Amino acid sequence: MTDTERHEYDVLVIGAGGAGLRAAIEAAEHGLRTAIVCKSLFGKAHTVMAEGGCAAAMGNVNENDSWQVHFRDTMRGGKFLNNWRMAELHAKEAPDRVWELETYGALFDRTKDGRISQRHFGGHSYARLAHVGDRTGLELIRTLQQRIVALQQEDYAETGDYEARLRVFAECTVTELLTEGGAIAGALGYWRESGRLLVFSAPAVVLATGGIGKSFQVTSNSWEYTGDGHALALRAGAELIDMEFVQFHPTGMVWPPSVKGILVTEGVRGDGGVLKNADGKRFMFDYVPAVFKGQYAESEEEADRWYADQENNRRTPDLLPRDEVARAINTEVKEGRGSPHGGVYLDIASRMKPEEIKRRLPSMYHQFKELADVDITAEPMEVGPTCHYVMGGIHVDPDTGQSRVPGLFAAGECAGGMHGSNRLGGNSLSDLLVFGRRAGLGAADYVAGLGRRPVVRDAEIDAAAEMTLAPFAPTAPGVASENPYTLHAELQRMMNDLVGIIRTEAEMAAALDRLGELRERLHDVVVEGHRQYNPGWHLALDLRNMLMVSEAVAASALMRTESRGGHTREDHPGLDPQWRHRVLRSRCPRGPGDDAVVPRVVVEPAERVPMREDLLALFDVAELEKYYTTPELAGHPAGHSAGSPQGGTA
Amino acid sequence: MSYTGQFRVWRGDADGGALADFRVEVNEGEVVLDVLHRLQATQAPDLAVRWNCKAGKCGSCSAEINGKPRLLCMTRMSVFEHDEVVTVTPMRTFPVIRDLVTDVSYNYTKAREIPSFTPPAGLAPGEYRMGQADVGRSQEFRKCIECFLCQDTCHVVRDHEENKESFAGPRFLMRIAELEMHPLDVADRVSAAQDEHGLGRCNITKCCTDVCPEGIKITDNALIPMKERVADRRYDPLVWLGRTISRRRD
Repeated sequence: MTDTERHEYDVLVIGAGGAGLRAAIEAAEHGLRTAIVCKSLFGKAHTVMAEGGCAAAMGNVNENDSWQVHFRDTMRGGKFLNNWRMAELHAKEAPDRVWELETYGALFDRTKDGRISQRHFGGHSYARLAHVGDRTGLELIRTLQQRIVALQQEDYAETGDYEARLRVFAECTVTELLTEGGAIAGALGYWRESGRLLVFSAPAVVLATGGIGKSFQVTSNSWEYTGDGHALALRAGAELIDMEFVQFHPTGMVWPPSVKGILVTEGVRGDGGVLKNADGKRFMFDYVPAVFKGQYAESEEEADRWYADQENNRRTPDLLPRDEVARAINTEVKEGRGSPHGGVYLDIASRMKPEEIKRRLPSMYHQFKELADVDITAEPMEVGPTCHYVMGGIHVDPDTGQSRVPGLFAAGECAGGMHGSNRLGGNSLSDLLVFGRRAGLGAADYVAGLGRRPVVRDAEIDAAAEMTLAPFAPTAPGVASENPYTLHAELQRMMNDLVGIIRTEAEMAAALDRLGELRERLHDVVVEGHRQYNPGWHLALDLRNMLMVSEAVAASALMRTESRGGHTREDHPGLDPQWRHRVLRSRCPRGPGDDAVVPRVVVEPAERVPMREDLLALFDVAELEKYYTTPELAGHPAGHSAGSPQGGTA
Repeated sequence: MSYTGQFRVWRGDADGGALADFRVEVNEGEVVLDVLHRLQATQAPDLAVRWNCKAGKCGSCSAEINGKPRLLCMTRMSVFEHDEVVTVTPMRTFPVIRDLVTDVSYNYTKAREIPSFTPPAGLAPGEYRMGQADVGRSQEFRKCIECFLCQDTCHVVRDHEENKESFAGPRFLMRIAELEMHPLDVADRVSAAQDEHGLGRCNITKCCTDVCPEGIKITDNALIPMKERVADRRYDPLVWLGRTISRRRD
């Protein structure tokens, strides 16, 4: 048997961003021995890069806000594909989760009367985002990190050991989940520092590993975003949903090349910044789609009045949901009205005093000054779309976060359903808090209700260990070895070119072919050096996950023959109501003869659960008709009059 | 606009190591981390570098460039001459793990020793009220990305391993100041700053402020005000008199 370090816990949380930390806090507060495993140092996870804010209908800035309005905005943003129960829980619980952060020590920006200030963002009807300048994610992760430390201090006071009940395994990567009889038993991973393997026995695992952006060349995501949780879940027998929906944030930096993709917060537009093309035209007025007609300003004058008087004016179309803005920028550039480096202009300099820009957007000022030599208080930024977020993820129960694998939970970006086909800005940080807590609670309840704990078997440890060390093995005689960096670069370029913002059937088919080749070549990857802090080895293992997830994305995108949210098909440009009620599920069948390194992913359509009637009744039938088929609206209080002139109910 | 740059990178582990010379392509607009990544991809696949966001937000890629503590991802190649040798070494204050990666666990140990935020009893979530002017001071310190460059440069612990036990370092003395200035924190942190966390060892040379990539005025806004609070409590004659009298009454 493989000689490894062993640890036993009640709950193992994989990932130490907002969702993972919030889940760990909940599990620990329920008295469970909890481990947090993270690839980076504690406090460095991708949550740190969230800028604009955390959406919660607290009503501090506009008292008309409520969970119902937030729910409606979220469903509209996701083009009615969202898991409505998740959207409901999210809208109802987000304010409590934000207020709770203050009890942990968070310091949000304030309103004049001393409450948490809230800012405007795309797709949100009211100023709704709790924020700290443009570094909200840093505040969130630091606050949760410090809450973990506070819990450890309590344990220290009681037991003399900070890690008696809650321990962080930093710079540690899980490569395989271990199961017994289909239920979670533990996990195997390695320490980056030493390369040594370790095995966890734990009946509950919470996946909180974030997204998949590192499979794309132009991305706002950090190196950690290699779809680990998605792939671990697939290999353990769970399903993914909605993988065709990938969000391209409209505003990433486009120059210089080495920083291409780094995020420019939507807060720039929320606070008054506007998009312009090479002719100086505010082009977003030309891109309000039919489903949002009437909800956005139709002239620059009205849009500008809206900042001061929101009762009597409509918001600027610069604040349309992200999918719409990204497509608009893409079109402007393609039609020759872009900026010199292939983006468009984002102008805040002409709309606000320099001191005010520096106060509200200090990170953006700093980022452009340091990396691009651009003073955003004096000149416009050049921006373009960047791969930012995956709406698809592990299929979970909305209330508990449990997947179809007993003991396997997921929360945050690696879980699917909450955001439908497109996530609204600001709904990610609130998602992490709401569903991180729920997954921690779900795991705690599951462990409490267990009769016998599944056991980690030696044979499974050996197999997982062998797979983890495989990249060190030389190739067969006569076979040239592959370089993991080269493979990664090729994958990123291919996904960017073929599975990007605008897609076609031929491109998806080509992408699947290329993925097949890359899968074969991954077998021949050989890493140099030894196991201690070896980035080539780490990348070789991450590539397994990236290839599986990329297949799920490309195969789902090939199947969905419509355009909606983060999935645009040039050959099927319209929204198709017949696709609204269908969900694409990805799973890993693991048959005989299967590729053990990168198992094949299959995608199948299924029906979505229809929305509860009281929630459906929150929308006008006239609006629902833009998305739903007529029979589906039979349950609406005004459903029978669908299509008739009096269809617009209050 | 590309040219061949000359790099000298420290390679080794806890048992020792040496500077290794590289000639490597440099392109317009790149930062030092881009060039190290190119070294990994083309010449040194097992070169250990800690990094994460590559956008100056996470504070992972701290190292010393030409002897100065800096973030690798926020140091543009354009600040160097084309024929200048760029020397990259690991942070000196922390033990080397491998190549440019150091063991920064000292910082996490110190973080645990600072008592956490302590809100007033009975204040319910949602009822917190604070003015922007009052939270602004602590917010400056919460911009900290925990790159630990201030800890690396601080002469109290740089080359003085023996002081680590009794000195929290600028980052965590600033954390105490942040909590002390939090409008709703009720814990008393002044004495512990001096007695347990080594505030008195700081002699305000501002080296920490100089290297802070977030531009936080660590010395002026956090450390000096904390020192003043200690001085007010310990050495103010009126406060001393008042305390002596109340002690006699007890």
